[in-house]
This record gives sequence, structure tokens and C-alpha cells, in this order.
Amino acid sequence: MRHVDEYRDAGLAQGLIEGIRRSAVGPLKFMEVCGSHTVAIFKSGIRDLLPDSISLVSGPGCPVCVTSVEDVDKAVEIARQPGVILATFGDMVRVPGSYTNLQKAKAEGADVRVVYSPFDALTMAEENPDKKVVFFAAGFETTSPAVAATLGRAVEGGTSNFLIFSSHKTIPAAMRALLDTPALLIDGFLCPGHVSTIIGTRPYNFIADEYKKPAVVSGFEPVDILQSVLMMVRQVEEGRPAVDIQYRRAVSEEGNPKAVETLYRYFRPSDSNWRGIAVIPGSGLKLRDEYAAHDAEKVLDIKTAEPREVKGCSCGEVLQGIKTPPECRLFGKACTPESPVGACMVSYEGSCAAYYKYGRR
Amino acid sequence: MCVGIPGKVLSMEGRMAVVEVGGATRQVALDLLDGVSLGDYVIAHAGFAIHKVDEDEALKTLDILREITEAMQGGGETCAT
Repeated sequence: MRHVDEYRDAGLAQGLIEGIRRSAVGPLKFMEVCGSHTVAIFKSGIRDLLPDSISLVSGPGCPVCVTSVEDVDKAVEIARQPGVILATFGDMVRVPGSYTNLQKAKAEGADVRVVYSPFDALTMAEENPDKKVVFFAAGFETTSPAVAATLGRAVEGGTSNFLIFSSHKTIPAAMRALLDTPALLIDGFLCPGHVSTIIGTRPYNFIADEYKKPAVVSGFEPVDILQSVLMMVRQVEEGRPAVDIQYRRAVSEEGNPKAVETLYRYFRPSDSNWRGIAVIPGSGLKLRDEYAAHDAEKVLDIKTAEPREVKGCSCGEVLQGIKTPPECRLFGKACTPESPVGACMVSYEGSCAAYYKYGRR
Repeated sequence: MCVGIPGKVLSMEGRMAVVEVGGATRQVALDLLDGVSLGDYVIAHAGFAIHKVDEDEALKTLDILREITEAMQGGGETCAT
């Protein structure tokens, strides 16, 4: 068993689709919150296999896409400072800020480097003791514990030139904000798989308890997603909203307590600005005061001009599932993966990039 | 960005392990996960192992999936949960 191929079986998928088709409920609109789900859904053509009564909309779960313009501006300003190496994940260098992005700043001489793991940035700090290495940290609860553990190693090893600029966000607070958005009527959530590996399912209980909507934590293979949709359909049929786990091989109710403990040892909740959406209270993570010596926002003097949103871009509405990408007037014209205007076109996991690459349903 | 791929633990030294994912090997840190043994499948993300794949639960999920498929082929009813 390799825990991958088993969930790509066409026979199993056929059975699940038949199960969903036989259901009499609908119309139903489910949101897949996670960008990795969006990619998996488009790649496998799941939207085309579902009956017309069941639609899937993409949510705000691409960390690159929801990074605010002002955080990109700050990262650019940090990267331009002398004696600084700015390290970050791949797609982050192309996200537009108010006036420029990290890739252009690099072309103009800033030392911007792409890393696969925050660990690589720590190694960079150890190898460059005369520089400050700032890790521009974006990502949800899947990623933030890795950054916390890396900071733990920096503290332990006395690597004082390793700094973090945190743009981390947390998912459940955003899901509540979406449920409170009048323009968006969602009948259930396909909950993120690997965020849930860390946080477990309890943080989602409000979806079923307070809003009476189904929520199913799903795996990432086509059969996983189809089974999750069927589980949500069954919940609606039975009038039994609940938080269920389809992705049992990787998710338990309690999650990964060690990762959560590590995360909150170094980070504290903060308000956070979700690009094009709003400042959502308690939906971000900043370093705890004890670790101020590793907090780029406290150690460095970062001055930026008033942030400016990108004109004509509908990313905010796309991220909330209010608009589909083709409903944005820039889509496929001024905004393409080669020359992205909005963040949703930058990231491989962005809804606009997925629509552009795989089709437009 | 939350992609995590199951890989098999080939060797371990201190807080680091070498895992095999689809034929390639890579190093992952074990700071966020206790109780990892050689031969386990772990889900790795951003250079850290974040979960040990539960083989029993994986088998149970596959059983449920097969039941659904059989029920659909036979025209009967079943429960996905």
C-alpha cells in the first residue's frame, strides 16, 4: 500500500458518482476551502462528473492568494534593506504588492531566495552570520508549526540572525467569516485535509452546531473527494449536520497535539488582513513577545507607503466564492499565469490559475 | 501550499529522517511528531513530518469505498459514513 494509487481507482469513483447522482437532494453548493483540493478537483475533472444539482465553489484556502498587499509591500521593503537575505516559498515571490513584487525587487538587486522548507532558511542564517536572514512566512496551520519548530531550533542553537516576518493565517476563523457573508450561501464545507491533520476537527464544530451545515474533512485524491461529497449529500438527506472525517488515514479528531503545542509556544493569534476580503479578527499569527528578537517587524525598521489594491481585480470575490474567475473582466485577458495581475492567478493553487489551466466550469 | 505526500521512513538519525516518496528520497525533520519508526509512512510538509499514516484507517476507508461500489452495482443502499 502506498496510500496514493488506491484512491485513484476508476471503479471506486464510478460507484461514488452513482451514489451522488441517485440522491434527490439539491441544489446544493459546497465550498472546497483548500487550494490543494481546488487543484485536485480540476485536474481530475470532478466538477464535470457531478450532477447539475451539486456544485463546488473554491474558497480562500490558497495562502499565497490571501496574502495582503501590505504584507507583500513590507516583504519587498525588508528585502531591499542592506545586509538582509529574504527567504520565502516559491509562489510568494510573484505575488503583486502595491507597486512591485519580490521577483522584481530581486532583479533590482535585493537578495531574495526561494526555499522549500523554513529549515533551509535557518541553514542559510547559520552559513551567513554577517547577514540577517528573514523568512517571509505564509501558510495555514499545516505550515506554521514547521516554522515554529524551525524558530525553536534557532533559539536552541542561538542563531540570532534568523528572523521571521509572519503573514500566517488560520482557517476556522475565515470559514466563520464566510458563513456570515450574506452574498454567499454555502450548504457545506469540504474541510482542508492537512490543516486538519494538525488542528483536528473540533475547531470546525461550530459549522454543524451553530450554522447547521455539513462539514467533511477530505483527502486529496479523486476518490477521497467524491466520497466526501457523498458524505455531505447524505448528511443533508438525513438532516444530520455534523463534522465528519473522510481522510481518516491522516486526520483524527484531536489532530497533532505536539504540532499545535509547538505552534502556540512561539506564535499568538492576531487580527489578519485577507487579500480582497477583510481584516478577520483572530485569524492571523504573530510571534509571541518573548521571541521579539526573532521578529522582523520588531527588529527592523520597515516603512512602506500606503498600500494600494490592484485595480479591476476580482480576487476578493473569487476567494469568497461569490464570483467565478471567468466573471472577472481581467481573466484570461490582462491577467494570465504568465503575467498575473491578481494573486489567484499567481499561485498554482489559485482558483483563477486552475480555471485557466484546466477548464472553466 | 498544504500539499503533503506520504513517504516511507528509510532511516533515522536524531531528529532527522530520510523518507522515500515515489522513488525519490528526501530529508524530513521529526520535531513535530513522536513515535516514528523505520518503515512507517509519514506525511511530510515543508520539510517536517506532520503525521504518521494510519494503515488500519486506510484499510477501513478502502473497505467502505468497495462496499459503496458494490452496492451501486447491485442497486442496493449503503452508508458512506
